[in-house]
Amino acid sequence: MTRLQVAVTGLGVVAPGGVGVKEFWELLTAGRTATRAITRFDASGYRSRIAAECDFDPAQHHLSPQQVRRMDRCAQFAVVAANEALADSGVLGESPPERVGVSIGSAVGATISLEREYVVLSDGGARWEVDPRYAIPHLYHHLVPSSVAAEVAWLAGAEGPVALVSTGCTAGLDAVGHGARLVADGEVDVMVAGASEAPISPITVACFDAIKATSPNNDDPEHASRPFDALRNGFVLGEGAAVLVLESMTHARRRGARIYATVDGYANRCNAYHMTGLRPDGVEMAEAIRLAMAEAGMPAEEVDYVNAHGSGTKQNDRHETAAFKRSLGEHAYRTPVSSIKSMVGHSLGAIGSLEVAASVLAIHHDVVPPTANLHNPDPECDLDYVPLVARERRVDAVLSVGSGFGGFQTAMVLRGPAGSGR
Amino acid sequence: MQPTEFTLTDLVEIMRSCAGVDEGVDLAGDIGDTPFVELGYDSLAVLAFQARIQERTGVPMPDDTVTHMPTPNAAVEFVNRQIQAGVR
Amino acid sequence: MTSVATAVPATARRTGDARNAAVVTGMSAVTAIGVGLEEYWRNLLAGACGIRPITRFDTTGYPLRVAGEIPDFDSARVPSRLVVQTDRWTHFGLLAGELALAHAGVDPAELPEYELSVHTASGSGGNEFGQRELQALWAEGPSRVGVYQSIAWFYAATTGQLSIRHGMKGWSGVLVAEQAGGLDVVAQARRSLAQGSAVVLTGATEAALNPAAFTSQIAGGMLSPVGEYLPFDEAAGGYLPGEGGAMFVVEPAERAVARAARPYGVVAGHAATFDPAPGRGRPPGLRRAVETALADAGVAPSDVDVVFADAHGHPSADAAEARVLTEVFGPRGVPVTTTKAATGRLVAGSAALDVVTALLAMRDGVIPPMVNVRRPAFEIDLVLGRPRPAALRTALVLARGYPGFNAALVLRAAAQN
Repeated sequence: MTRLQVAVTGLGVVAPGGVGVKEFWELLTAGRTATRAITRFDASGYRSRIAAECDFDPAQHHLSPQQVRRMDRCAQFAVVAANEALADSGVLGESPPERVGVSIGSAVGATISLEREYVVLSDGGARWEVDPRYAIPHLYHHLVPSSVAAEVAWLAGAEGPVALVSTGCTAGLDAVGHGARLVADGEVDVMVAGASEAPISPITVACFDAIKATSPNNDDPEHASRPFDALRNGFVLGEGAAVLVLESMTHARRRGARIYATVDGYANRCNAYHMTGLRPDGVEMAEAIRLAMAEAGMPAEEVDYVNAHGSGTKQNDRHETAAFKRSLGEHAYRTPVSSIKSMVGHSLGAIGSLEVAASVLAIHHDVVPPTANLHNPDPECDLDYVPLVARERRVDAVLSVGSGFGGFQTAMVLRGPAGSGR
Repeated sequence: MQPTEFTLTDLVEIMRSCAGVDEGVDLAGDIGDTPFVELGYDSLAVLAFQARIQERTGVPMPDDTVTHMPTPNAAVEFVNRQIQAGVR
Repeated sequence: MTSVATAVPATARRTGDARNAAVVTGMSAVTAIGVGLEEYWRNLLAGACGIRPITRFDTTGYPLRVAGEIPDFDSARVPSRLVVQTDRWTHFGLLAGELALAHAGVDPAELPEYELSVHTASGSGGNEFGQRELQALWAEGPSRVGVYQSIAWFYAATTGQLSIRHGMKGWSGVLVAEQAGGLDVVAQARRSLAQGSAVVLTGATEAALNPAAFTSQIAGGMLSPVGEYLPFDEAAGGYLPGEGGAMFVVEPAERAVARAARPYGVVAGHAATFDPAPGRGRPPGLRRAVETALADAGVAPSDVDVVFADAHGHPSADAAEARVLTEVFGPRGVPVTTTKAATGRLVAGSAALDVVTALLAMRDGVIPPMVNVRRPAFEIDLVLGRPRPAALRTALVLARGYPGFNAALVLRAAAQN
């Protein structure tokens, strides 16, 4: 069986708490939380009024006024993160456009723009039949989230396969996995792969209110996202983007690129159980983990760090803990596990890519980011979740997992650059 | 004018309209003590009932309402307790 | 771990090993000219046109009032528990998925659950559901947003619901590349087989005939202002949207043979390309998609017996596609047809429907005609007026997606016996 081994040669991030890889990593390793009271709209009538928001001014990131008007905030994040990743990798111009592809994940696309324009068209929800005379010409650009991937393709000059991967909250992992697969299959030399989400709008906040999935800790937003903590009571919505440059090993070595890490295993399974519910046994996630590790040819004992989904809902953290035990055996108790959602919230389709970026950085810096806000151990979650403080340790192999609405369970194995002299 | 008493008939109507009916389930039958799960209603469906009950009665339903409503009869009883407690 | 051990290297699928070929064994169609495979096919061959006045909302005040709306879609064909928690687009997908599995004679319950995959494409997700909840929010307040908004509006809803309904736990996904996504998921299906899946349910449906989504297309200037969809015609002025799509079942040839299932055709080649950014002065990617897909299938242009065109209906888009067809196949070098003039443009749904239609054309040895077109504007061999009998071994399906996606899929007749 062919090995999936695809090089990560560039990183770009737009995250709550800071734009750029450096700011992102500083936040994570400091164990600082970027969750706060929502400022993007007046959330006073909502159950959950907190989120991890990005302080993001598109004009500061070389986006023209025309681009800003055309692009939803989700697309803006994606383009800014891709720009950083492309510059970081130095890959632009190194490959013919036909050999460059794009795979961007997003769960809800241009929701902010669609909602904003809907309000105008319907006169504040007064009419079902909206008035076409008030529609902006590029409304369709928002209706179809394929435009988010297209914007990145235009930036990267990519003319190979381009797609938006939209598997809900695992989209960020699945988009990187899809990109890695296309590189491994030889369809392209380079993939610009990652994910973006900008869901902090009334309709998204309200839809999670309705199912009580988000934390109502409105009085203490900084400590509201509490993965694996006994007092956890839901996730905290986030936003942001992370983009990676993926290359075949041959291509990366030929041009002498710096290889941060390699994507060595990827698998996705469905629980075929419930759109939002999880069975406590974690069987399907465990299956995805086993498959990804088998593809990487990696025994459980070699996992140095598990980057968890860790959303902070009661059911997820229990489900995931069971999945780790089931797939890693005794090693589950020995390997550090952490959730960066404790600091940057849960940015739906984007978070998987932010977590891959964090995993790559953990390998690069030999540091495991912590789980913030974990003060009260939950007897049902009894692994080493790296509470509060980042941990220096050698990190050669990371398992990153995701779980999402629709029943998707995804796992990815990343390893340090073999033979790079580390 | 809000209703002062919430009945099983009210609940069944809500169940039917906001969550549909599973194949092989007869809501007209004796279902009062059958758990929602066995009637084909998952936690999302019961949350939907809760929202509609609140809308209909005007009585705010606490966050943990779902845990008090394992069956239709339990739900009706809980809602009426909330109404009588005067929490409107 | 057995599924890993049996996984075939991705490159194996290019070796032409007939046992590993991805074959289509079951199909369905949900369209304005027919719900159900044979009803659709019969009406398409008969030259039916599903473009009719929109009834799903009051079009008074709209500059355009017709579309390929599915009349009287019977949502009772979808379990009522699922009807309330999903958008119309997913209703179509659930019905199409069920019909395709039945047509294939596949009972998912009898198969290893991790070897069953679902890959769907979606152009714009659960539009009508989303608009209804937006209205509830903005007219009545956030507490009026229902519990199902979080699972109905997003693009993964149909794949998730199909996975749950049929107990399919294998690698599954959702691609969005507007119309082209409907072909890209077929490539994902083929990849799934290479990864060890036994059965893949794939395809796409769409339902964007609600006021907000319809309006977005009017505002973009993409629709035919005169209410006629006339691709490749001198009078072409834009497309008309429709709703619906198709799902189909893909499995390894070896498996189909073993269970004596009829293979309707082989997924032989695929390519996806993207147009250069506007103003770069580079050629668009459709021709490269065609040539790469043909190469992937190992066939020459002269092998292609029919093309199901993208047939966008905008004069410049038609000209660009006609030019590619002329360059690759020569002037009037291959019969060209489309289903979209009859069903409306179904975005990813059309690409999936064209796969099904191409396989039906191969099955029956007949190319369906495109309706309404009277004055062809290009040097391409359009199949007009009536069905054209032809022995079909190889079909090419094309789909371009907004803004700049191109996909090409090559289907070959399955070796009989």
